[in-house]
Amino acid sequence: MAAIEILGLEKTYMVGFWRKRPKRALQPLHLTVEAGEIFGFLGPNGAGKTTTLKILMGLVFPTAGTARILDHEWTDPEVKAQIGFLPEQPYFYDYLTAPELLEYYAQLSGVPGKERKRRVEEVLQRVGLTDIKGVQLRKFSKGMLQRTGIAQAILHNPKLVFFDEPMSGLDPLGRREVRDLMEQLKQEGKTVFFSTHILSDAEALCDRVAIIHKGELRSVGAVADLTSTVQGKVEVMWHGTRIPASMKALGAECHVTGDTVRAVLPENQQDAAIDSLRLERIRLIAITPLRTSLEAYFVEKLQHSQTTAGKIS
Amino acid sequence: MTATERTTMIASGCVAISMVACVFLLRHMDQIGPQATMEDALYINSPKMIKRASLGFDGVMACIYWTRTVQYFGHRHFNAEHTYNELAPLLEITTALDPQLFPAYQFGASFLAPAPPNGAGEPDRAIQLMEYGIKNNPNNWQLYYDLGFVYYTEVKDYKKASEIFAQGSKLPNAHPVMKVLAAQMAEHAGEFSTARLLWSATYDSSRDPDIRKSALDHLRAIRVDEDVTALQTAVTRFGKRTGRLPSSLAELAAAEHLPRIPADPDGHAYRLTPEGHVEVENPNDFKFLTKGMPAGYKAPALPEFHAEHTH
Amino acid sequence: MSPRLIYIASNTFREAVRDRVLYNLIAFALLLSGAAIFVGQISIQIERLVVVNLGLTAVSLFGIVIAIFIGIGLVSKEIEKRTLYTVLSRPVRRWEFIVGKFLGLAGTLVVNTFFMAIGVFAALLYVAHKFSAPDALILVALYFIILEFLIICSLALFFSSFSSPLLSAVFAFSLFVIGSFADDLRGFATLTHGVTRWFATGAAYLVPNFSALNVISAVAHQQPLASRLILQNSLYALFYTAMALSSAVLIFERRNLK
Repeated sequence: MAAIEILGLEKTYMVGFWRKRPKRALQPLHLTVEAGEIFGFLGPNGAGKTTTLKILMGLVFPTAGTARILDHEWTDPEVKAQIGFLPEQPYFYDYLTAPELLEYYAQLSGVPGKERKRRVEEVLQRVGLTDIKGVQLRKFSKGMLQRTGIAQAILHNPKLVFFDEPMSGLDPLGRREVRDLMEQLKQEGKTVFFSTHILSDAEALCDRVAIIHKGELRSVGAVADLTSTVQGKVEVMWHGTRIPASMKALGAECHVTGDTVRAVLPENQQDAAIDSLRLERIRLIAITPLRTSLEAYFVEKLQHSQTTAGKIS
Repeated sequence: MTATERTTMIASGCVAISMVACVFLLRHMDQIGPQATMEDALYINSPKMIKRASLGFDGVMACIYWTRTVQYFGHRHFNAEHTYNELAPLLEITTALDPQLFPAYQFGASFLAPAPPNGAGEPDRAIQLMEYGIKNNPNNWQLYYDLGFVYYTEVKDYKKASEIFAQGSKLPNAHPVMKVLAAQMAEHAGEFSTARLLWSATYDSSRDPDIRKSALDHLRAIRVDEDVTALQTAVTRFGKRTGRLPSSLAELAAAEHLPRIPADPDGHAYRLTPEGHVEVENPNDFKFLTKGMPAGYKAPALPEFHAEHTH
Repeated sequence: MSPRLIYIASNTFREAVRDRVLYNLIAFALLLSGAAIFVGQISIQIERLVVVNLGLTAVSLFGIVIAIFIGIGLVSKEIEKRTLYTVLSRPVRRWEFIVGKFLGLAGTLVVNTFFMAIGVFAALLYVAHKFSAPDALILVALYFIILEFLIICSLALFFSSFSSPLLSAVFAFSLFVIGSFADDLRGFATLTHGVTRWFATGAAYLVPNFSALNVISAVAHQQPLASRLILQNSLYALFYTAMALSSAVLIFERRNLK
């Protein structure tokens, strides 16, 4: 069963003061997220990531299209008991303390009375918020607020969790913890859908990603598959400082460091490069394939003016 | 010193100097400005407008205006100013806001009708006020008392006064004095006994210190008038009998078998002039005198000093 | 009825209680009740009248200020601060949110009125030295004041569901002022003709009828109120509140949250 099925969701805003002009925040989006995977929703700021999430949460109404969450209509209120949501830069009732806030949310999510206290304590431990008894949320730092946000998203043990920029406001240690947490959630069999513009996180965590730009879906697929569609390169390393002419002819970019030369050239010319070195009796140290980073792929996709109809790959 | 300390010093100096300057300026403005008009300007004249502005809280506004009315009257009385131009509007506003504020009607009866310096000198408006009160509280006998009071004391329409007292006596819980007053006014309107009855009833029934003082003054004046009339009659009788004027009140008392040498309510003996007029020793101590004043005496325009009046 | 309404209501109550502004207003109202005793001493004959009038007026006015002050931010503040996101991502219906907020605010005002009423009765006891049977009418006046609060709360919430706090305050307060002349307005409407008449009549009937709910002066004079009047006004307040709340729900259901 697909965890999320987005069937043509679309959002057009009317902007302007007197004469309103339509602004397309989201082109018709078709996307499926499978159960149990960590799915990354990538895009630059203003691409439509948050709009999509808001539509799925029922905060914003789409101009067209529908969606299904955990096999329910996305507008069905009952399904909300099984999903968690962390908005971007969350802000909470600052007159409450963290346990009070979580207790309130637990009530609203339908967690039975007897279990609430236990769950709240559990989840506070899990996100690393200890020693905050009686401190009102207005006194929390950004990082603490982010942890609280994560806590409220998972406290009722939802099957599907939505995170909007979960790493924002966290220091490197915090980000590591969140990454670990997301992995744990996956281990527990939950589905995680998160949006971010930090590609290294996505690369490390996601099973699959979707790239969205200017309201349009540019591509969808597993990270490895996507990066491999772009031609890979290899790095050839050898002793000495001599660069054979034949190597140059292959279009290699060469750097000399000490008494080692590194040359980067396309993967398909790997054999030719080896031959070139052998003929010149140069000692080969290593050949390393260089995978294209997701970032390069990302940038390339964004520069394309064509649309890629997002299809399941 | 540091920058912060310097700023603190300069700023504090500024605050102190500005504050003193403001105080001086205000005092100066108060001295040169006309103070009397400010008081008048504070009283808005339209009952309807104020009722609208009360936003439904007429009860409180009525209480506030009633308080202002009492203070207005007392203040002007105390300062020996003899016009009470704002009294009628204030009472009208008060009763428009709360038609059941009964002390206002009694106050109007006592102080709207009499001529200055004892009142505003507007008996018509007083009558209007009472009639408004009666219209809104048809079963209240005290309003009839107040209305009859005005007709008797200022308008001097005794027939009308009697009718009104009679009307009021028929209302539920009417005090028996209403019937008595109605009868007295029908038969003995001009007599001292009627006036004494009325003023005594007013004194007994009111809790307002101004009204009680006024009633008391009237009662004292009635007593003097009565005494002087009686004494003057005795002098005439003496004269008829002996053919001459008595040399002193003691002689008169002995000759006419008066129980004692009469003295005024303050305890001072009356004086007998060589012309045979009975006079009160200190006419200024008695307001509302109609008899017993020396020839050519004019009541002081300024009202008496009310030492006990609260402000 | 789902328990979520109770949860939202009690959280709203908690928010109001922790908002320190509330305490200042209550203290001020209590002070005013005390001042009533002193004002009464100046107008000797009407101390009781002044205490009851001033005390009840203070309860009414300050309650309305609190109702508007807190009510206008109930929805708009949550949208602006985006605290609403994590609430609506839960199985909370949008209408439950509105009604729950209303119940919380109404509850706050009832508790408020209770404490202020104690102040009024204490002042009355000081002035009159004992209670008499007609003093029970003060409770009726307080009940009517609470009905006023319900209407104002629902209006404040209504405006809050689509308008900024500042505009909501202006609208709510204006309706309070106009509502005090509601009977005059209805009378005025009958004097107009044509299109103006339709407009005036519509407005006159739409405006909340506060003129009927203000019984403070009558109670101060210890005049009893007909039970028929009490019933009619209760029903009116109920229906008016329902109208305003339903409208708020209608607007809020359709609102795109930024």
